Amino acid sequence: MTQIRYAGVTVDVNEEGYFTNPSQWTKDIAAEIAKEEGIVLTDQHYAIIEFLRNRHNNGEALSIRSINHSGIIDVKTFYQLFPGAPLKKATKIAGIPKPSSCI
Amino acid sequence: MESNNPIKKVNIICAKAAIEDVYAALVLGNGAVMEGIEANLFFTFFGLDAIVKKRMDKPHTAVVGNPGLRLPGGLRMPTLLGVIPGMEAMTSSMMLSSMEKLDIPPVSEFLELIKAGGGKVYACKLAMDMFKFTKEDLWDDVDGVLTVGEFYALAGGEGSHIIFT
Repeated sequence: MTQIRYAGVTVDVNEEGYFTNPSQWTKDIAAEIAKEEGIVLTDQHYAIIEFLRNRHNNGEALSIRSINHSGIIDVKTFYQLFPGAPLKKATKIAGIPKPSSCI
Repeated sequence: MESNNPIKKVNIICAKAAIEDVYAALVLGNGAVMEGIEANLFFTFFGLDAIVKKRMDKPHTAVVGNPGLRLPGGLRMPTLLGVIPGMEAMTSSMMLSSMEKLDIPPVSEFLELIKAGGGKVYACKLAMDMFKFTKEDLWDDVDGVLTVGEFYALAGGEGSHIIFT
């Protein structure tokens, strides 16, 4: 277990930087992690981050396909908002564990 | 787990139409773009069915000569049971519906996810000629019809790999 300081708060993360305690997450923290990934968060980013956090809290699996059902953005926009590896980046910024799904 | 020689591009060839062959290609392709890896999918021979509009969302699996296929409960599917008319369609639709429960999308939706992530989908020219398909038969979002030489040309580059499912 590692600890990192984001936005003046010490949080617990695993060896890949994913939160092990999602309740430590705040919007300010998200902005700082996003900055490390080279992303400036917009309202659209926050909306999808909230969707991912809610899904995680409800124990639902996260997949790239689920983004299409979010009613917020489609998968293509998701790739544009979090370029590269969107689901991995978005969950990291959202303070939830890395998805273990293959889809 | 970072490697010194990361995979930067995958070029996936799908030459068969069975559920397991097509989905292997789709999972690998989608998994690649999800990781930020460039992906080219090349459908040839019977694999073309996966990008033929009328056929793409109705893939079958073999119920005869498929030793991996088991009945609910775990017994092997007897070959003679497989020859019953409708058995292949029923088994295939059961398999697809159990995949849907795992959030595995139908072929056309899966290809859309790959395209949304920047992946490319190609058809093999020779196979198109063999089966007398035209571009109009293909899924609208296919990026092109390639010869084998054109496929190799786009498969090049450092960290690029060719995968045959």
